Amino acid sequence: MSLLSVRDLTVKFAMRDQTVTALNGISFDLAKGERLGIVGESGAGKSITGFSLMNLLSRPGYIDSGKILFDGEDVVQMNNKKLRNLRGNRMAMIFQDPMVTLNPVLTIGQQMIETLMAHRKLSREEARQIAIVKLREVYIPSPEERLEQYPHELSGGMRQRIIIAIALLLDPQLIIADEPTTALDVTIQADIMELMLELCQSNQVGLILITHDLGVVSQMTERTLVMYAGRIIESGRTREIINDPQHPYTQGLINALPQQTLPGQRLKQIPGNMPGLVSIPAGCAFNPRCKYATDFCRSRVPETEHYGKVEVACHEVQRLNSDEDRQEAQA
Amino acid sequence: MFAYLAKRVIQAVAVMFVISLIAFAIQGNLGDPLRELVGQSVSEEVRQQLRDEMGLNDSFVTQYLRFAGNALQGDLGTSYFFKEPALDVILKKLPATLELVFGATLIIVGLSVPLGVYTAIKPDSILSRIIMGLSIVGISIPVFLTAILMIFVFSVEYGWLPSYGRGETVQVWGYWQTNFATADGWLHIILPSIALASIMLPLFVRLIRAEMMEVLQSEYVKYAKAKGINPWRIYFVHALKNTLLPVITVGGVQIGTMVAYTILTETVFQWPGMGFMFLEAVNRVDTPLIVAYLIVVGFIFVVTNTIVDLIYGLVNPTVNIARMGA
Repeated sequence: MSLLSVRDLTVKFAMRDQTVTALNGISFDLAKGERLGIVGESGAGKSITGFSLMNLLSRPGYIDSGKILFDGEDVVQMNNKKLRNLRGNRMAMIFQDPMVTLNPVLTIGQQMIETLMAHRKLSREEARQIAIVKLREVYIPSPEERLEQYPHELSGGMRQRIIIAIALLLDPQLIIADEPTTALDVTIQADIMELMLELCQSNQVGLILITHDLGVVSQMTERTLVMYAGRIIESGRTREIINDPQHPYTQGLINALPQQTLPGQRLKQIPGNMPGLVSIPAGCAFNPRCKYATDFCRSRVPETEHYGKVEVACHEVQRLNSDEDRQEAQA
Repeated sequence: MFAYLAKRVIQAVAVMFVISLIAFAIQGNLGDPLRELVGQSVSEEVRQQLRDEMGLNDSFVTQYLRFAGNALQGDLGTSYFFKEPALDVILKKLPATLELVFGATLIIVGLSVPLGVYTAIKPDSILSRIIMGLSIVGISIPVFLTAILMIFVFSVEYGWLPSYGRGETVQVWGYWQTNFATADGWLHIILPSIALASIMLPLFVRLIRAEMMEVLQSEYVKYAKAKGINPWRIYFVHALKNTLLPVITVGGVQIGTMVAYTILTETVFQWPGMGFMFLEAVNRVDTPLIVAYLIVVGFIFVVTNTIVDLIYGLVNPTVNIARMGA
């Protein structure tokens, strides 16, 4: 049985004069200990997906319909007490910017110990010992001293390690990491990713990695979801998606990577921008930026279908592939 | 620590210098002191002679230096009316004023935190709307009007509370007479304290509410929720501590300002403090007393602000006083 099973999740935002849909009926599964990447441009709904899984959307956002079954229980239906027991305990989250995630006026020790004591009946000293062990696991030198320090006394990379340690404190079944390295130096990014991969593998923790970095996804995850304008437009094994993307948007993302471009050439970016939530185009939301779009694409939203080894939501995927085959055959 | 303290003290001295300069400059423009000292029958020659003796014909700088030198030795001149050293007159009145400020501060601190936090957590509740509405009313009505209204309602109409004076006080130490030792003293200080708090309390409720609402939107509060922390702990440990940092800074300045508001409150309630005394001194053109009052109040202001800065350093871990040098 899968650890997490999301079914037709729809999230809306109640704005002053209208209600907009941020997530439009997304569904996916995650097996125990599986690592899943969610990619897409800014505004695709990746972070909202992450926060929804913990039922932690702040106003004006709310879950309109759908199910989030975690270990068989629906997170959407949980009361506050059950949600508190879930958060930080069975499902932990790593936020984007370590510089603003930790409370500036509480010591690292206070912030770690309170998390343990919120979920387990422990003495302060027992909690402290667990905190020290976890800080060692994320390779923090002299953890006893770190516990007495305030966040501002530590570097960004160090803080993100501490946040990873806090995520691991209660041995959760799933960690949701929302762009965990975006705010860090490139050199530290690799370290943090390596650390997360190592810890997830050794502790059998499931991981949902939200990122716009396809390189990171290919190293870290087994499966990938590609999101666009609040929908999953392609999903499958990470290897297939990176090596043989089917949706024109995924193809565009991969072509835009610097590795796909010769030195001195311009990067091949996807023309146009992600539509805002209030102005999602009719039909396939990607149609204004898609060079293959037909009138049919502009009028009907594509269903998700099996195609080859992946699932993809595109009307034209079949024709594109046959065209490609023909071109290859001619060549 | 020492370097920081030294720096603060030097700043305080500079501020005191400016205050004394202003106070002294006022002195020269508040009428002729001889008119107060001697009768009309004294001839112009004698007056000139007295002026010379008192040094009133010396240059401004010479006069100021003499004044500052005396002030440093605790001599702020002699009150024309009381025929006593001005500083003594003020020190006798000071405890009454400080107790009034203390009473108002108790009300402000005791109510502003719970009200501010509540209105921040439940901004849409009816009670919050009522509190916020009343706070606007409180800020808008001048202190003396609030005071008169309260006297009218609670003293004249219902006769629950006394309307003037300190009532029965108990000698504590030196000039210090306290209101807080007898029931009568407590009854007398209630209305003046509320009147004095009537402007600052709504201000603080609004300030705490605004800061708290901002803090509740922050990433670290969201993160605390994601860790499954109890909401009460989030409100009162995670959020309130961050909320109070800016409030402490503003609060320090406001406590000083409150000393100024005592002039109005004490006058309406005939409270025998230094604010009431100051108004009388102005009526009597008792120049040395006016100048001494300005200097003492300036001194209180500077001292409270310095203390508040030190407290801020203790509460805010990102300000490290111990390591703060130049």
